Amino acid sequence: MSSMDITNLTKEKLTSMFNAGKRFDGRGLLDLKDFEVEYGVSNMAEGSARVRMGKTEIIAGVKMEVGTPYPDSPNKGNLTVSADLLPLASPRFEQGPPKFNAIELPRLIDRMIRESGMIDLKKLVIVEGEKVWTVIVDIYPINDDGALVDAASIACVAALKNAVFPKLKEDGKIDYHAKSDERLPLVETTIPLTFTFYKLGDNLFLSPVREEEEACESKVTLGISKLDGRYMINSCQKGLSVPFRQEEIEKIVKLLPEKYDEVMKTFNKYLK
Amino acid sequence: MIENEINEENEQIESSEGNKRWVVVPGEIIVSGEDFLPGEGARREGDNVIADRFGLAEVAGRMIKVIPLSGAYIPRRGNVVIGRVVDVTFNGWLVDTDSAGSAFLPIAESPRFLNRNEMDQYLGIGDVLSAKIWSIKGRGIDLTLKGRGLGKLEGGFIFRINASRVPRIIGREGSMITLIKEKTGCNITVGQNGWVWVKGDDLDSEIKARKAIEFVADKVLIEGLTDKMEVWFQEN
Repeated sequence: MSSMDITNLTKEKLTSMFNAGKRFDGRGLLDLKDFEVEYGVSNMAEGSARVRMGKTEIIAGVKMEVGTPYPDSPNKGNLTVSADLLPLASPRFEQGPPKFNAIELPRLIDRMIRESGMIDLKKLVIVEGEKVWTVIVDIYPINDDGALVDAASIACVAALKNAVFPKLKEDGKIDYHAKSDERLPLVETTIPLTFTFYKLGDNLFLSPVREEEEACESKVTLGISKLDGRYMINSCQKGLSVPFRQEEIEKIVKLLPEKYDEVMKTFNKYLK
Repeated sequence: MIENEINEENEQIESSEGNKRWVVVPGEIIVSGEDFLPGEGARREGDNVIADRFGLAEVAGRMIKVIPLSGAYIPRRGNVVIGRVVDVTFNGWLVDTDSAGSAFLPIAESPRFLNRNEMDQYLGIGDVLSAKIWSIKGRGIDLTLKGRGLGKLEGGFIFRINASRVPRIIGREGSMITLIKEKTGCNITVGQNGWVWVKGDDLDSEIKARKAIEFVADKVLIEGLTDKMEVWFQEN
């Protein structure tokens, strides 16, 4: 059925539980779910990664293509991020033209990667103004148990870190069956991540499960990276209708470095 | 998760009647030969009886049936289900019960007389009710509230488990659900469609009741679970 909204009862219960600082799975409101990363999920992709975060599972893949640059950036390569919300991932996803979530997810990830400057797009140029590499990042949720954007950000960064250029044939075409040793021109120290803060009543919470995500009244997604020991917010997008108060945004911004380091502590193990 | 348990459980377990049960996947041959009859969840193809669903195959005399372990809720007449109101129309309520097709509760089935203009005060969009399936027609399900314990649910919360696990949660003659109710002091209603309503005196006992039910729903292949739950309650 198309209606997968939360019941009034559960929403009230979650509000009173959050007021008491409790969650059904025993975590604190601002505790993150543990995650694990697996590489080499797809052998035809130039780079791929699978992230399991709680029951949320997501696969990201990177494909490389030779194309023409956009007219307004002849000296830069192209980056395309797309997502396909498969109906197997959640009862909320339906077959058909992409809906709001399916458009929002890749855009959030695209902005996070692009604005952090993680990929040095200028190094993707083959012939300026004529031929450049196009990096295509594809996101496939396998199971959606909340916090899809945050899990996708980890998966996409892992897939990009894992990606290599395909070999070029003598006629300049790509030989997709042969991989070179050359990695993408990534800025080593820049690792962007997104954090989505959800709000229900007066409570902020992170890393929701599906029912908590269904119950939330407002959310804000922030893309953050670290440069020379300083944290940078690269992107920001607010969703849903209820506004955030100024104190809440200040609290979120204060929390971000701490949460970023927490994720990076686990993530660094997989990046080596 | 289920696959792991299968390995641990060494594939074969015995049902209470002493019949062998084992896990089958759709298309798997359960038995060969003309001596057997396919029951629910199984079908005959040539010489073989093969499984239609993922579940536990059971041979009872000549009858082969598969007790499903996954899949959507298939509504049956007389089932008590829990649903969520998705629309209020001029002559009743549309209810989401997690089954294919929509369920309809006519205004005449409400336990007391209601004026058309006070319908949404009794049951508004997003409200939860427990109801009995009165009839199943080609296009949908008709519900009724006439019966003991049926009606709007107030307080507590709702969560979902797989509908095929509901018999496990209830246990033999309600032994499991009675145990969980006793140990947590919560009021619990389990709909046949896998929606569970829990209402307790305080948050902690409600959270515990949910944990216990999800624990039982996870352990599909273990016999004598009621005894194990006694131990679980002592540990938690």
